[in-house]
Amino acid sequence: MRFMIIVPGGPETESGNPGTEEQYADMQTYQDEMLRAGVHVDGQGLHPTSKGALVSWENDEWVVTDGPFAESKEIIAGFSIIEVSSREEAIEWVKRWPRSAAPNPGQALELRQIYSAEDFDAMLSPELRRREEQLREAAARQAAQG
Amino acid sequence: MTDPTQVQRTVEGVWRVEAAKVTAVVARLVGDIGLAEDLAQDAFVQALEQWPRDGLPDNPGAWLTSTARRRAIDRIRRDVNLRDKLQQVGHVEEYRVADLAEADFDQAMEDINDDVLGLVFAACHPVLTAQARISLTLRMIGGLTTREIARAFLTTESTIGQRISRAKKALRADGVTIEVPSGAELAPRLASVLEVIYLIFNEGYAATSGRDWVRGDLMEEAIRLGRVLSALAPREPEVHGLVALMEIQASRTRARMAPDGAPILLLDQDRTRWDWSLIRHALTALDRATQLSGIRGPYVLQAAIAACHAGARTAEETDWARIVALYEQLRQVRPSPVIDLNLAVAMSYAAGPAPALSVVDRLVESGALADYHLLPSVRGDLLRKLGREDEAREEFRRAAAMTDNEAERDLLLRRAAEERPRRSLTN
Repeated sequence: MRFMIIVPGGPETESGNPGTEEQYADMQTYQDEMLRAGVHVDGQGLHPTSKGALVSWENDEWVVTDGPFAESKEIIAGFSIIEVSSREEAIEWVKRWPRSAAPNPGQALELRQIYSAEDFDAMLSPELRRREEQLREAAARQAAQG
Repeated sequence: MTDPTQVQRTVEGVWRVEAAKVTAVVARLVGDIGLAEDLAQDAFVQALEQWPRDGLPDNPGAWLTSTARRRAIDRIRRDVNLRDKLQQVGHVEEYRVADLAEADFDQAMEDINDDVLGLVFAACHPVLTAQARISLTLRMIGGLTTREIARAFLTTESTIGQRISRAKKALRADGVTIEVPSGAELAPRLASVLEVIYLIFNEGYAATSGRDWVRGDLMEEAIRLGRVLSALAPREPEVHGLVALMEIQASRTRARMAPDGAPILLLDQDRTRWDWSLIRHALTALDRATQLSGIRGPYVLQAAIAACHAGARTAEETDWARIVALYEQLRQVRPSPVIDLNLAVAMSYAAGPAPALSVVDRLVESGALADYHLLPSVRGDLLRKLGREDEAREEFRRAAAMTDNEAERDLLLRRAAEERPRRSLTN
């Protein structure tokens, strides 16, 4: 299962502040841990909103508004993607986020599950269901024989 | 948190992350891998009992490790025989570790990676059967519960439990330790580890053709184990090669099968359904492998071949000449008639069906693949491309009769009934 960890931004990230040396080192260590555990898929920081744009659909056309997004309450500063076996394992990883880079009061790291193949292809055709049951029965019989 | 199911799932989640390290720490203490695994499991069970009462610890990993260590030390104190054995091998310093200061413990934890690597090698020891290696690796290194392993392999918990029990006894009898093999021993032992991981992967890969996502998780498990190993042994190119190979194969999961379960051949797959972020990961791993060593081993070569396909946005763009060259190299390091067959298929695209047919005919003569349905299947394909229709149909029918797999048989019979040449390759 893949999860995205969304990192909240604020005045510091908006000013293009790369963070303290300690934060950087701690994040490196954290990503290294995730890599060593085989769960790291991706992790990126986002430029301040001043380099971005908002694109809205108004009156049947696209309207592009250049950043910064002064009015935006929830600015995203970055994301990580991890591959784990359960939501609980994902939460365990989020809790290991470095303290020095923890979100400010009133903010939070957001954990979201990413859609994957099994979510879309949830419907087994009757044919497949039958084959799958046969396979299980055969295996169970074999297991019963020890 | 009092909901027992939630607690259990949390403990299991933590265990996935910590199992190998906890077991390795205890193994360093008690010297016996089987005993270490038992004590680690005890800590796991204790967490299930205590955390609903006392709440989640701030540092669950440290809680599990120190709980397991405490149990290990208790055991050493109570068990005279064990104590004697440890003193004999000079382990007595380790068991006084209870007196170590916090700082020393942190130092010990930093060296844990070598011990975890040693544990991986032990779990995959050649003295164990393949099944035992798989079960032990998934439990000790992967942190899966016995129940999860049983579900994945469509068998009972007690069967897996017995398998693991017997495996521990065999390791004890053979005196296996968590020392990492070195010198001449390393290559064959590493090959054993890679084989176990790839076996787990293939179990999952085959399972996804039945759309059983529970078992399909085995692919993810194998990839995760491969990545863990590549972090523990970063200078081993074959490890990165295996990771790359598995990731590229896994990247095709969504494209491999039609809604009715029929397999879709590689060249016919909708490549937009390939997992391109996984492919990108794989290519990075393959890069690492090729930068490390000039001589390419079998996993690196197979990954390079898979990367050729992954690097082609459409089937038409496939660099067949390069694939042929890679198969030639692969034949040298891992001679096998199946590889020869794959080489023939690549050759048919690179150089045409006639030279490929000569290779296939030589294989038929050698009798090497007499029971392998893909041999007549490939021969049929080549004959059809050469306009030898009647012979082609006969080969497809022969191939269909040789396979138990319903989906494969249907596919082959359909091809026997077709009028025109079809692209072909396994998926």
